[in-house]
Amino acid sequence: MAKVLVKGNEAIAQAAINAGCQCYFGYPITPQSEIGEYMGEHLPEMGRVFITAESELASINMVIGAGTTGTKAMTSSSSCGIALMQEALSAMCCAEVPGVIVSVMRGGPGLGNIAPAQGDYFQALKGGGNGDYKIIVLSPSTVQEAIDLTYRAFHIALKYRNPVMLLADGVLGQMMEPAEFGEYPYKDPDVTQWALDGANNRPARNIVSLHMPEGEMEMLTNRIFKKYEEVAKNETTYEDYLLSDAKLVLTAFGSVARVAKAAVKRARDKGMKVGLFRPVTLFPFPDKDLHDTAKKANMILDLELNKGQMLLDVRSAVFGACPVEFYGRPAGGLLTPDMIYNKIAELYAKLENTTKTEAGVR
Amino acid sequence: METLVYKRPESLLKDGHFTFCPGCGHGVVLRIIAELLDEFNLQKDTIAISSVGCSIFLEKFFNLDVAGASHGRSPCVATGVKRCKPDKFVFTYQGDGDAATIGFNETIHTACRGEHITTIMINNTNFGMTGGQASATTLVGQVTTTTPAGRKAELTGYPLHAAEIISKCDGTAYAARVAITSTKNIIQAKKAIKKAFEAQINGLGYGFVEVLAACPTNWHMTPVESVEHIDKVIETVHPLGVFKDITAQENK
Ligand SMILES: Cc1ncc(C[n+]2csc(CCOP(=O)(O)OP(=O)(O)O)c2C)c(N)n1
Ligand code: SF4
Ligand SMILES: [Mg+2]
Repeated sequence: MAKVLVKGNEAIAQAAINAGCQCYFGYPITPQSEIGEYMGEHLPEMGRVFITAESELASINMVIGAGTTGTKAMTSSSSCGIALMQEALSAMCCAEVPGVIVSVMRGGPGLGNIAPAQGDYFQALKGGGNGDYKIIVLSPSTVQEAIDLTYRAFHIALKYRNPVMLLADGVLGQMMEPAEFGEYPYKDPDVTQWALDGANNRPARNIVSLHMPEGEMEMLTNRIFKKYEEVAKNETTYEDYLLSDAKLVLTAFGSVARVAKAAVKRARDKGMKVGLFRPVTLFPFPDKDLHDTAKKANMILDLELNKGQMLLDVRSAVFGACPVEFYGRPAGGLLTPDMIYNKIAELYAKLENTTKTEAGVR
Repeated sequence: METLVYKRPESLLKDGHFTFCPGCGHGVVLRIIAELLDEFNLQKDTIAISSVGCSIFLEKFFNLDVAGASHGRSPCVATGVKRCKPDKFVFTYQGDGDAATIGFNETIHTACRGEHITTIMINNTNFGMTGGQASATTLVGQVTTTTPAGRKAELTGYPLHAAEIISKCDGTAYAARVAITSTKNIIQAKKAIKKAFEAQINGLGYGFVEVLAACPTNWHMTPVESVEHIDKVIETVHPLGVFKDITAQENK
């Protein structure tokens, strides 16, 4: 299939259609409204389901309904809209209901603004829902990757019977880039063993999230956390960009990683040994790989469009193997290649100095 | 000759026991639903959506597939299920707290969309499960744990009349309020629920039946007093009636 020039939000919508998404339930919010508009244009004519729900509470609960029947369904929203979905996301993890949620982050907190930002890393990864649960979070940094990860989101949502979130930001959602759709590459698991379709020739089934008998909820939570270990083992993904000899390792996710790459290239041209570690799966976070990378490096610089959120996961992965610095801007402030390059140059000079001093002492 | 006086509907579980308080209205309504599902031969083709309230454990009573919903969201879950399985029978079973208070927005929009699902709302004019606090349908003057001196309209306004409001939505095919306070009323209630089920089966639209039901525990009344209270007091505020039946309009 040939490459086409496509906008991030529309690429996600078309990829969902290609992935066999039968239902879209959503409520408009900038900067992701094109996803709903695209679905509204295409799904009904394909005989699939499109509903503009009365709220994000409603849309995610409609996704739950579809998910309990084993049908591929999705919703998409942004920041404050995703905030409204938190109770349902926790319930989905507990009742093991599959579903795909696209979160295109805007500036926050509050209504914030509609500028691109990454302030909803905690919202996606640490949840606002109740109890012990994890949603699987995939972070694309190009339009091509948005397509590939949308395919993957639908597959692993069914595979693990868990909500999967595609965490993008306004830059990616609004940007036009050449990309190739290809075919949906996965073979999806059989759902007939658990999906609800009427108790015909089998005992009645239920998919619920209330478990009152003593010990039942603890057992269930432990079992689900075993499943998360499986997810970590099979799905953990990151990009290694010039890491093999890197003394200064940048960490960044999503659109910031693109800008970081440009800055790394420039630093390499100037002879600085700099690389980029880009987590593609945010849960499962590639902590072992990042730790191994940190052991060989002299410093980590974490870059985010927020006040330091993935930073906590970076620090916990690095676990003292080397110092971790942070550079970021919240609520719509952008990082340019120049800004990142200057930060690299500043830290790299410091690194060189300390290495020299250490050598002198020795 | 032996006469069969009691037969357990297929749609109820063999070893299921209702866990409600003595005199509670939930058990009667669940039984009516089960009998009707049997009558329509739908036991194998139904997905029931449970909600948050005293009736939350539908899967422990019904011999049916059950999907659980968060508080107030069962119409959304039902919408998702029905749109994916249009050939299945889908109903929500909700309380007044669930369908008319936290989830009334969802109820109205489900009605306006004309979803082919049925909602049975048990109105006991309070949040039964959490200990009898005032809900949107609580009567003015009613004593609850959050209105110990009686609901005061100046402070908390007036009761919400769910069936009447839902009847105004264009997507509603059938809306009624019934009671289960006498054999006659129970027969009427069963008729109404049957009509609402038929609205779905015949693809006519949304069906909504509000059932006035006793909550003796939180009303601090005996079961007998509770029934009298419904007939003498509650029905003057939440009157019984069929507020919409598009098949009746067609017949005119
Ligand atoms: C989001 C949320 N808020 C509050 C509750 C607590 N809660 C559980 S049941 C209930 C009231 C249910 O009342 P109703 O729907 O009238 O059912 P009843 O028990 O009276 O049959 C409430 C408020 C909850 N489970 N979830
Ligand atoms: S508290 Fe009220 S509604 Fe709940 S089971 Fe008891 S009587 Fe029924
Ligand atoms: Mg109630």
